[in-house]
Amino acid sequence: MKSIIKQLVETPGPSGFEHEIRDVIRDAVADSADEVRVDALGSLIARKGTKTEEGLRVMISAHIDEIGLMVTHVDENGFLRFTNIGGINPLTCYGGRVLFMDGTRGVIGMDSIERGKTPKLTDLFIDVGATDKDNCPVGVGDVCGFERPFLDLGKRMVAKSMDDRIAAAIAIEVLKRLESTPHEIHFVFSTQEEVGLRGATTAAYGVDPDLGFAIDVTRSGDTPRFSPKMATALGDGPAIKVRDSSFIADPRLVKWMIKTAEESGIPYQLEVLEAGGTDGRAIQLTRGGAPAGCVSIACRYIHSPSEMVDSDDVENAVELLVKLLSEPIILD
Amino acid sequence: MTKNSELTANKGFDIGEQQIELLEKLCNATAVSGDEHEVRQIVLAEIKSFADEIEVDALGNVLAKRFGSGENRVRVMLAAHMDEIGFMIVKKHDDNLFQFERVGGIDERQLPGKAVLVGRDHLAGVIGAKPIHMTTADERMKKIPVDALRIDLGPEIGDKVKPGDRATFATRFKLHGPSILAKALDDRFGVSMLIELLKHPPANIDLLTAFTVQEEVGLRGARVAAYKFNPDMAIAVDSTPAYDLPHWDEEDENVQYNTHLDAGPAIYVMDRATIADRRLVNLFTRAAEAEGIPYQYRQPGGGGTDAGVIHKTRAGIPSISVSVPSRYAHSAIGLARIEDWENTLRLLHAALSRVTPDLLAGERRG
Repeated sequence: MKSIIKQLVETPGPSGFEHEIRDVIRDAVADSADEVRVDALGSLIARKGTKTEEGLRVMISAHIDEIGLMVTHVDENGFLRFTNIGGINPLTCYGGRVLFMDGTRGVIGMDSIERGKTPKLTDLFIDVGATDKDNCPVGVGDVCGFERPFLDLGKRMVAKSMDDRIAAAIAIEVLKRLESTPHEIHFVFSTQEEVGLRGATTAAYGVDPDLGFAIDVTRSGDTPRFSPKMATALGDGPAIKVRDSSFIADPRLVKWMIKTAEESGIPYQLEVLEAGGTDGRAIQLTRGGAPAGCVSIACRYIHSPSEMVDSDDVENAVELLVKLLSEPIILD
Repeated sequence: MTKNSELTANKGFDIGEQQIELLEKLCNATAVSGDEHEVRQIVLAEIKSFADEIEVDALGNVLAKRFGSGENRVRVMLAAHMDEIGFMIVKKHDDNLFQFERVGGIDERQLPGKAVLVGRDHLAGVIGAKPIHMTTADERMKKIPVDALRIDLGPEIGDKVKPGDRATFATRFKLHGPSILAKALDDRFGVSMLIELLKHPPANIDLLTAFTVQEEVGLRGARVAAYKFNPDMAIAVDSTPAYDLPHWDEEDENVQYNTHLDAGPAIYVMDRATIADRRLVNLFTRAAEAEGIPYQYRQPGGGGTDAGVIHKTRAGIPSISVSVPSRYAHSAIGLARIEDWENTLRLLHAALSRVTPDLLAGERRG
């Protein structure tokens, strides 16, 4: 799986600009999906299976966008001011390298600010090596993402955009390993999650699922002096979401996931995320409503250019999802 | 810059006396979010002999269609909001002094001492301010919370004013050289342009116009309008701030202007609520360049338009926004240029005339 993970995390795709990453995913699911389509907001929807009498129409959402930057102004000397696409922390920007959708590269510099002060986004600029406004290769409205190579630390893996390409990798792998299913499963590789679950909102309307869940990363409370308190830890297994600040997972889904994990001897942990939202909300609130949940991967340093996850959690998540989707779903 | 006199390409898209008169009527009307009656009446009267179908929906949106001719017409929704920011009366006190709340985004520092018009009868009042004679130096450093302000209507009004009544700034429309000074240019500009487009529609599309309500309190009208129209694509037509004043410190380039006056229509790439579909950004950019219409990209960042809810409707609708730049938005008076307004109208017509099914045939790529 590591080679597809590397390919996924190294492909740029800030929210709204997911065309390149979508092409990578289209190739990756081509052999295992029964049907692939793309909706108006650019989400790729891969269907597997047809609904049998004991099956449901299931939506699984993994978002393929990542946080990024958009140029707001090119100054006389060719420096670029920018705004955030999704939750960017100015602390992790300075000195970072960025890659524009047209291949232009740049670095992030900073105005002189008072020593000890935290920079604001408006204190930062991108330098693409231009010497003035006229020879600057990018302009207002152009988009870039952070550029960092995939780092394989053995059990642990580090990359920009582990949020949420690790979920895309998991969904691709589940699609491959799923031999038979009574369900009609729509694997949604959703867009614009980082700016407000937008892709999953329209995809859920289009799929009209009986039930669904998101796959996403969640915070990991196992680093030094971590606050607020969070029970999740890298390596403790896929996290079954109980709630986050965007939705409360359907308790029947939580129970079903726990039961399946325990019966199959797959390690799991429970997740309560106090700040953060996922595509699960979009699924739950679509049309007349649908039971929804989320399977999470604990992740350190979320929304920094170095997000870390555990390989065993990823493998266990794949196994859990294959089990969940191979049998009829009984909610009680 | 293209001058007014040179605009001959699009007959029917010059801003003349008739258009200015209509904009004046629209700006001087009161239509605070939730009570858009006055503007709705003006809109209905203007469009009744031009639209093929007109409906006022449950929230008060005016939905008007004008069908094109020919095969494979794209169904294009245009949204402009009828409502404006303002005030709502919440409580009557002695001496006909009324406590009020803000409706929509208004900076409370701008309120003391402003003339207002209250209710559908446009009763004249003033948001009182303590005379400078009576204030201390300390008081003058602080902003006055809305709770401490009152609208003073005087003894003449009897029982005419009740909690729930709306009020607006009393500013009257004025022309001054190339400029328009008025309240509610956000978004009577948009309303006026949708009316013009219904009168002179591009024949290649089905034009679905939504004169929306309650935009300023959370894009509420557009949500249901888009659901009902279920269009192939959508354009929000609005007005956006120009914060383009010169910087006094010459070392410091103004890098956060949002838009500039005199630079033409502002095409949106991204705001807080929408990432515009690049196919539509390209449509507008190419139309502007082909027709020699000046344009600017609005600085990506904050703010939001009706497109924010339209693009998320049903299974998704490719959307964009285009705005007329205006200084001092959401204050008692805005300042904008006739030419920017005219160029926005021309650009809308030029872009709509270029809409073909091919535009949306492929996948969204950015």
